[in-house]
Amino acid sequence: MSEALSSPGAPQDAPLAAIPDATHEPPGGDGPVVEFKDVSITFEVKPILKNISFSVDRAETLVILGPAGCGKSVLLKLADGLIRPDSGSIKIFGQEITTMPERDQFKLRAYIGIVFQESALFDSLNVEDNVAFRLHEEQVPEEEAHKRVLEALKFVDLEGTSDKLPSELSGGMRRRVSIARAIISNPDLILYDSPTGGLDPITSTTIMELIMKQRDVSHTTSLMVTHRLQDAFILATHRYDSATGCMKAIPKDANGHNVDQSTRFLMLNEGGIVFHGNTEELIHSEDPWIKEYLS
Amino acid sequence: MPLPSPENWIKQKVAAVQDYSILTGSALSDIFSGPHYWADVFTQMDSIGVGSMPIVVLTGFFTGCVLSLQSATALKEFGAISKTGGLVALSMVRELGPVLTGLMISGRNASGMASELGSMKVTEQIDAMRALGTDPVRKLVVPRVIASVIMLFFLTIISDAVGIAGGALVSVNLMGLNPQTYLADSYRSLVYGDIVQGLTKPLFSGFIISTVGCYFGMKTTGGTQGVGRATTQAVVVSSVFIIIVDFLVSRVMLSIFGN
Repeated sequence: MSEALSSPGAPQDAPLAAIPDATHEPPGGDGPVVEFKDVSITFEVKPILKNISFSVDRAETLVILGPAGCGKSVLLKLADGLIRPDSGSIKIFGQEITTMPERDQFKLRAYIGIVFQESALFDSLNVEDNVAFRLHEEQVPEEEAHKRVLEALKFVDLEGTSDKLPSELSGGMRRRVSIARAIISNPDLILYDSPTGGLDPITSTTIMELIMKQRDVSHTTSLMVTHRLQDAFILATHRYDSATGCMKAIPKDANGHNVDQSTRFLMLNEGGIVFHGNTEELIHSEDPWIKEYLS
Repeated sequence: MPLPSPENWIKQKVAAVQDYSILTGSALSDIFSGPHYWADVFTQMDSIGVGSMPIVVLTGFFTGCVLSLQSATALKEFGAISKTGGLVALSMVRELGPVLTGLMISGRNASGMASELGSMKVTEQIDAMRALGTDPVRKLVVPRVIASVIMLFFLTIISDAVGIAGGALVSVNLMGLNPQTYLADSYRSLVYGDIVQGLTKPLFSGFIISTVGCYFGMKTTGGTQGVGRATTQAVVVSSVFIIIVDFLVSRVMLSIFGN
């Protein structure tokens, strides 16, 4: 076993800190949860994002679409403060993060969960220690941490895998552990980076059901990067049915809408925004590039 | 293949020095301020210290053996073979013990740190750690720095001791020297300044090995090929730094304690 991450434990002389849970007060008041203003970033000489501006309100799900290499994952990392833009302003829960020292960002990230493209599980820790990583860091008592890990693993339908190492899991299971790790602290914002990338259709549906469940049961604000149109439209046209534990197509309402109104779309191309709006606006867009992308 | 622009090359090197300075500055600041991951520190001490014992013992022992063989042969010509013990002890304690231990640990541990952290970097585990609210410098770098500095100090003492013992073995069994003469001359030739000089160097070497190894690990890009490159660079750079700093520390120590 690798010793890179030798212990899952907390810093031994750390002060006891409170980890957010279901009862915590979400930060940022009633303003947008995520707000980008004129954000630009260049890697070496190649501009990746140019003057990106958008905002995401509380309980909204923003699906970020676009061709490969258009800066979708970069945008997600910018939202989590993992990289800093060259210019512009990014506010998360109303707090400017582009100038915030990383040590202050660590506290803010207690309210943010992220699912990485390749899961990014700690390969030297077992499933339980991976999922409980944040709880251990915050010195949550072991008994409570174990209970919350079991709840999170039950949510992603992975009970009985606590002692397994990430290398013993399939790609879909790793992605589900990653979701469990992201939701363990009941975050107010979840960032999904291509959660179904590289997975077979059945596993992808399972992952989409989990994302939908988190949206419809916990009403968590989320940003989901994907290049799979079918995933984006499943999220927009289905809802999670708690009674059956499966997703169901949304029936038409009085206004003739059969889409989830809290799910919106942002389309990127060549570093700029080509579309930002709801599902119906996207479907009826007359923009030739969007039409071609959707066809 | 086009030649790299000198301007870009210089910019890259200056940026690397800046990044290394920021990393070492953060690590130093975190060492002297809590919280600390003591469990990780002890795990690293076991890996770096106990795990490196066999190579340090073998290197130290055979260095003492060959040093004794070479010097006794030369000293015999001048009728000064009784001075072999002093020569071996001085060489081992002042120079060869600290430098060879540093170089061996660099080869074993700077590469290990660069590859471990490099693998974590390319699989986004370090980003995941930051996203989960944990400072990777405090969690990954600081325990390695503390463990390397402490363990290199003790490994150097072991290397010095087995080097002198190896020298004794060769002097007595092959060169026919009296064991009491060898040990007495070894003991008599070492003064306080030699011990201080010999035990100051591993503190610097330990710091160099850990910070250079972690720096190249945390700056790894380019997948598995990048991990391999980071590992090689970590060993090369830390070995060169160890020898340069050895010279500087020797110069300072000699000016303080004299010859």
